[in-house]
Amino acid sequence: MRPLDGDYLSQFLSLFSQYDVPAAFWVNIKLTFFAAIIALVIGTVLAVMRISPLPSLRWAGTTYVNVFRNTPLTIIIVFCVLGLWSQLGVVLSSDFNENFFRLAVLGLAVYHAAFVCEALRSGVNTVPIGQAEAARAIGLGFLPTARLIILPQAFRGAVAPLGNTLIALAKNSTVAAAGSVAEAAGLMKTMIEFRSDVIFAIFFTFALGFVVIVIPIGLATTSLSRRLAVTR
Amino acid sequence: MSTQSVLFDAPGPRTRRRMMWLNIASGLVVAGIAALVLAKLGAKGQLAPSLWTPFLTASAWQNFLLPGLVNTLKAAGLAIIGSAVFGLLFGLGRLAQSRVIRSISGIVVEFFRAVPVLLMMIFIWLGLSQVNLVEPSEYPLVAVVAALILYNGSVFAELVRSGVFGLPRGQREAALAVGLTRSQSLRSVEVPQALIAMLPALVSQLVVILKDTALGYIITYRELLQEARALGSANGNILQALAVAALIFIVINYALTKLAPWIGQRLGRRTSGRAKAEAPSMIAATKGTQLP
Repeated sequence: MRPLDGDYLSQFLSLFSQYDVPAAFWVNIKLTFFAAIIALVIGTVLAVMRISPLPSLRWAGTTYVNVFRNTPLTIIIVFCVLGLWSQLGVVLSSDFNENFFRLAVLGLAVYHAAFVCEALRSGVNTVPIGQAEAARAIGLGFLPTARLIILPQAFRGAVAPLGNTLIALAKNSTVAAAGSVAEAAGLMKTMIEFRSDVIFAIFFTFALGFVVIVIPIGLATTSLSRRLAVTR
Repeated sequence: MSTQSVLFDAPGPRTRRRMMWLNIASGLVVAGIAALVLAKLGAKGQLAPSLWTPFLTASAWQNFLLPGLVNTLKAAGLAIIGSAVFGLLFGLGRLAQSRVIRSISGIVVEFFRAVPVLLMMIFIWLGLSQVNLVEPSEYPLVAVVAALILYNGSVFAELVRSGVFGLPRGQREAALAVGLTRSQSLRSVEVPQALIAMLPALVSQLVVILKDTALGYIITYRELLQEARALGSANGNILQALAVAALIFIVINYALTKLAPWIGQRLGRRTSGRAKAEAPSMIAATKGTQLP
């Protein structure tokens, strides 16, 4: 590594005019955003299935979680591109790049849904038994109990683990590189290959980018989990 | 299970009958979805036996899957050992009396927990070619192991710290009372107990390490996923090859996730700390679950 003189700095800065770093990070943020919404929906359904009185639904929810939580995300993303798209002909968009983007969102969502489900279940565990007993005592069935009593409190109790899942999702959005999505990790590779003399500056730029994305999520969910925590 | 069964009443005869029908109906829906997927796969010709039989031949396992699995386990094993050393070092650093050592360890641990593993992997992989420390053929392995050590070592360091914080105060007070110094108490009383209390969480983290070795696929490390893809390309059954690779990962990881609570039960009595099966989270110290 050369000393940090003006020459090094100007060479490093000139890279920014050739490569659009913010645009790459924007792709990661978009991946995270869409995958988070879909994962939250699937995860909530799974959590309801796993606490339901029907053994077959419980079994299906548990199997989903065990399968996807124990499969490497890389395999799921590669499967979306090489399996779903190239073998089975699943096309999510007529635009070539948009198609890869949506396949990656799908892969990220089905993987993280398993973790959302587990986070919600740990939220359900924070709801005191008396709440469910009271709901049953006034004659509510399972679904009304879940919808009106348990889930609202479970979401409030699950903010911290859900935030952890969101942070992990933001970091894992880089794995979309395995699915031919042009995002930050792939751009970093291209930039280092093109200008390996400023490799440290390039790495720290991208690392800092993720620190900047991750820390606000952490701070926001920490304060949210305190504000929303049900006082008991 | 106690919270689950309390969500609904113990069913009476009428409810039991209704539940049986609902159970059959929901079972049919689940089975229907599975059948639909299988039918779609069959329509695409993906269920043809000729695509699955290659996995019953010795050459598929000898030349592709087993070498891939060995490489995966090798990277995971090296990463586990390295992470343990890294975690112990920086975990003790975060508990040190010197404020300088504490804050340096804190910055290192927090930085590596916030940066995606893949980013570090690519950086180390490409950076190795500039320093001439190892053979070029070893670059991918070194990059996978080093990146996993930096991330998971940081998680381990947090585990050590939160394990020590989770011990009752009386442990340290007793150690100081019998004349041990602060660091002696840390080394011979607190950290050993913290490690036992944290063992289930450590085992859960092994699942994360094993899964993350698959990132090596992106930097051309010849691990299980890479080999499965090569096998799939050779036989024209990429879908099936990926499914088999995923199944191998699921079986190993599922066994590890079952191991964690069992260890917690067995070792719970050997520590005054509370055994937990979860890694500490980056957010407030509430109940967390295993990180993705």
